Amino acid sequence: MNILARIRRIPFWSWIWFILGALYFLLPLYATVNFSLRMERDVIGFKAYVRAFEDPDFLKTFMYSNMLALMTILASIILIVPTAYWIRLRLPEARRVVEFITLLPFVVPAIILVFGLIRIYSSPIKIPFTDTTLLQPLTTFEIGTDILIVAGYVVLGLPYMYRSVDTGMRTVDVRTLTEAAQSLGASWFTIIVKVILPNIRAALLSGALLTFAIVVGEVTLASFLGVPAFGPYLFLLGQHRAYEPAALSFASFLLTWLAMGLIQLFTGGQGQASGAH
Amino acid sequence: MAQTALKLKGSPPVSDWKKWLGVTPFFLFAILFLVLPSLRLVMGSFTNSEGQFTFANLLQLFQEQFILDAYWLSIRISAATAIGGGIFGFLLAYSVTVGGLPKPLRSALITFSGVASNFAGVPLAFSFIATLGRTGFVTALIKNVFGINLYQQTEFDLYSFWGLSLTYMYFQFPLMVLIMAPALDGLKREWREAAENLGASTTQYWLRVALPVLLPSILGSMILLFGNAFGAYATAYALTGGRLGIITIQIGAQIRGDVLHNPGLGYAMAMGMVIIMAISLIGYSWLQKRSERWLR
Repeated sequence: MNILARIRRIPFWSWIWFILGALYFLLPLYATVNFSLRMERDVIGFKAYVRAFEDPDFLKTFMYSNMLALMTILASIILIVPTAYWIRLRLPEARRVVEFITLLPFVVPAIILVFGLIRIYSSPIKIPFTDTTLLQPLTTFEIGTDILIVAGYVVLGLPYMYRSVDTGMRTVDVRTLTEAAQSLGASWFTIIVKVILPNIRAALLSGALLTFAIVVGEVTLASFLGVPAFGPYLFLLGQHRAYEPAALSFASFLLTWLAMGLIQLFTGGQGQASGAH
Repeated sequence: MAQTALKLKGSPPVSDWKKWLGVTPFFLFAILFLVLPSLRLVMGSFTNSEGQFTFANLLQLFQEQFILDAYWLSIRISAATAIGGGIFGFLLAYSVTVGGLPKPLRSALITFSGVASNFAGVPLAFSFIATLGRTGFVTALIKNVFGINLYQQTEFDLYSFWGLSLTYMYFQFPLMVLIMAPALDGLKREWREAAENLGASTTQYWLRVALPVLLPSILGSMILLFGNAFGAYATAYALTGGRLGIITIQIGAQIRGDVLHNPGLGYAMAMGMVIIMAISLIGYSWLQKRSERWLR
């Protein structure tokens, strides 16, 4: 084969598109890293990273966001796994309406959701048709706000978590597993915790990591509900600092990468995309 | 058959209403934290300041120029990034699937797309400021290599329509890659062989066979990208600090303080957004169903 034929077999346009894509992907990352390393004049160093990580507020807000992510993941699992399980086992007629609800967060973006949540839960919750106050407004006390924001995050993660769990249950024979456990005398609780959960752990993990990626840097709900989370902290830091925010932005990127990499590892399949923009 | 037999033997039949008890917590949660908040906005948009029913808010929506401008700007940005991101994402997906690039590049691109489509909000905005801001890396590069000062000699501004669109593209076209790669895999080799045997050229094969099969999928994905950009708030807010008046930014201002001096109008503005999102989701699922006829 001569050289000309060999050159002709190179997929020229494919390479062009790929290289363009790679440049577009990598340039912002390179620019961010490059910038974050130049805090000291004429020296390449990690000073911005040290400064950023040393800030006690960083640790506080970052831990708080991780706590929110953990609560969101737990709440989603407790809410979604029994529901998806029950639909698969006993109530297939509810599938359509539940799937419809899990799609609703695509129609109600975060900014609209938080708008509605604030309007509903910033007034006291009363027993209908009476003047008896059941609960103080959720937005006025710390635990109330935490409950509200975790609920909001469960909603934002609903499409991904439900899809993950449902796909996971499709691959294991839920019915046979249940029959087997029942014939050995297991209760519903035992069946879900000891039989179903371990069998869908890969799906749970990918759903959990995706939820984590949504929650940790989330800004919209966090800033409007006024919680001391990492997203609003990073935003405020960007208002009066230059190098530390760049360092933390790159660190966030690595964190997202880690979460997505783990999903790939556990599911062996394709990455999923969330929608908390 | 075996399953029904097992079911009859294994557990006693549960009566109809008791079956629904199993999904009550889910419905209760959905009502409390999704349905009620949405309904509150819908009801609010039909209520005037005295608490009476009215259509005035909805009508006013079409009379306030700055609200129409906000919707229009959002629609333009979403459409531009959906079409641009859609085309570029398709070409990228093409290059790693049927385009003949080495296999490892494909998994690299898919992994990267998974990360990039989830990389948004404040960190994304900061990355683009470091890249194309006034002192950004690429801005400096263009100045040094081509001698062009982007901010003085051209119209370019990162904190404008094109700047925000370019930033949105960072999560838009990876999403397209993630959706289109499996669809392109669904193109059957037989179709291409059949076309070639009948004497079709590569161009003819793409125009007459492959693209028509892929078209619903491509259009559907673009609609999904449209909704993705239309609902975005954090990235735009972090990038422009609220200066670029897209619809989500205006709604955010209305939440922080009643800038319209009419809560009902604020609710109507939110409802208008939900309606546009709903239309795009319906369009997406309709096209998705059509595309399943041929692919997979």
